[in-house]
Amino acid sequence: MKSEEYKKYLKRIKRDNLLVLFTQILIIVIFFVVWQILADKKIINTFLVSSPSKVLDTIVDLMKQNNLWKHIFATLYEIVISFILGNVIGIVFASILWFSKFLSRVFEPFLTILNSLPKVALGPLIIVWAGANTKSIIIMALLISAIISVINIHNAFKVTDPNKIKIVRTMGGSKLQVFTKVVIPSNILPIIESFKINVSMCFVGVIMGELLVSKEGIGYLIMYGSQVFNMNLVITGVILLVILTIILYYVVYYIEKISKR
Amino acid sequence: MKPILEIKKLYKTYHTKKCEIEALKNINFEVYEGDFIGIVGPSGCGKSTLLSIIGNLESITKGTVKKDKNLKIGYMLQDDCLFPWLTIYENCLLGLKINKICNKENIDNVKKLLSTYGLKDFMNNYPNDLSGGMRQRAALIRTLAIKPDILLLDEPFSALDYYTRLSVSNDVLDIIRKEKKTLIIVTHDISEAISMCKKIIVLSKRPSTIKNIYNINYKEDRENPIKNRSSREFMNYYEKIWEDLTNEK
Repeated sequence: MKSEEYKKYLKRIKRDNLLVLFTQILIIVIFFVVWQILADKKIINTFLVSSPSKVLDTIVDLMKQNNLWKHIFATLYEIVISFILGNVIGIVFASILWFSKFLSRVFEPFLTILNSLPKVALGPLIIVWAGANTKSIIIMALLISAIISVINIHNAFKVTDPNKIKIVRTMGGSKLQVFTKVVIPSNILPIIESFKINVSMCFVGVIMGELLVSKEGIGYLIMYGSQVFNMNLVITGVILLVILTIILYYVVYYIEKISKR
Repeated sequence: MKPILEIKKLYKTYHTKKCEIEALKNINFEVYEGDFIGIVGPSGCGKSTLLSIIGNLESITKGTVKKDKNLKIGYMLQDDCLFPWLTIYENCLLGLKINKICNKENIDNVKKLLSTYGLKDFMNNYPNDLSGGMRQRAALIRTLAIKPDILLLDEPFSALDYYTRLSVSNDVLDIIRKEKKTLIIVTHDISEAISMCKKIIVLSKRPSTIKNIYNINYKEDRENPIKNRSSREFMNYYEKIWEDLTNEK
């Protein structure tokens, strides 16, 4: 039986949450409305900054030409592939480094340097080596996401509670058993945390790659739009990216929620 | 009677970049079945190192540790080290799974231990749902699951508050006695050692040597460490050991 005070307390929390959500939505609505009004009153130059109605028109046009989903799926496909590969590489290499102290000492400085190197500088090289296609976009995204996930996951592995490891060793556990029974399960949250970072890293990598080479994808839309001075297309591309980011963020957020149970 | 564990002329030296640390020097003692041995000494003297050597976690620099090949060792640490992602029951099965001896007999044994020592209703709970004392009991059952011949306890109660500590040490001792195990406990708390153990090994500062070995006898046959604390013998031993530890030369 809940007391009156407790019910009130729960109600208040619910109300606060709703208020936050409402305000967030309000900000977005106001932003678009003001943008539209300023465009209608010709206070801002719609040739440069477009307007919500023009963005909508552009989206409808793209749909009519059967292009919208093609571009979205191209980008999504590249992100998903590089996200999966990036995480696999991250976990596999971090595990290898955990198993071998020698390799970890050898590779640590290389990883740090590679990580701080602006990967976009390697773009032209990758295009020459892998060709101007999806492959180089994925390699680009992997360069950005995989290195940081190797570093993050390995760092998490390294600080696994030594007492828990000791307990397994006192029971006669092998290094592999220490890894499977302690290191992996105690680092599920850091691994998911690294997935979260990886989503945005893959995004950056894919869009960067698309800006450099592609023939399709949202990055291509933006690049193409800017080249023909069609700002409506550029801004539509950016807005599509925002929507995609929100969706991917929530996908990872729910994965995290499920795994925390 | 033959000792189950014999330590002879044991030396242990650590190497660091800066220097060489002599941790243990000429340690000799024997452990017999059913012994309750306490090891006390100033902090950083190498008590835990000694335990780690007995538990095969560290190598020996010089000397011998003679023990039966089949001697099974159970270890308990300061932190209960229960895995928060496993239930109490799964935690208790850890040793069996690692040694791949998860047969019906051993599982039944774990279940029996859990119900005998009041954790049956919490079997499917996670460690975070349990109190400090219950967690320590669960950790002990996890250690007992592999049916060890000798239990090594490394400051097992020092993370607990004073009240819990007294009652848990009482509990744990009771269980170990009922299960007829041999015990070596390392502690910095002299009174804990005197109240629990039948034999106390006093180590000196580094490089540690054995300063004294006391056989603890109470006039009345007392098995309750809390009651032991109020006896006259307790005070006598306490004074002697305290003197050993403070009169370092």
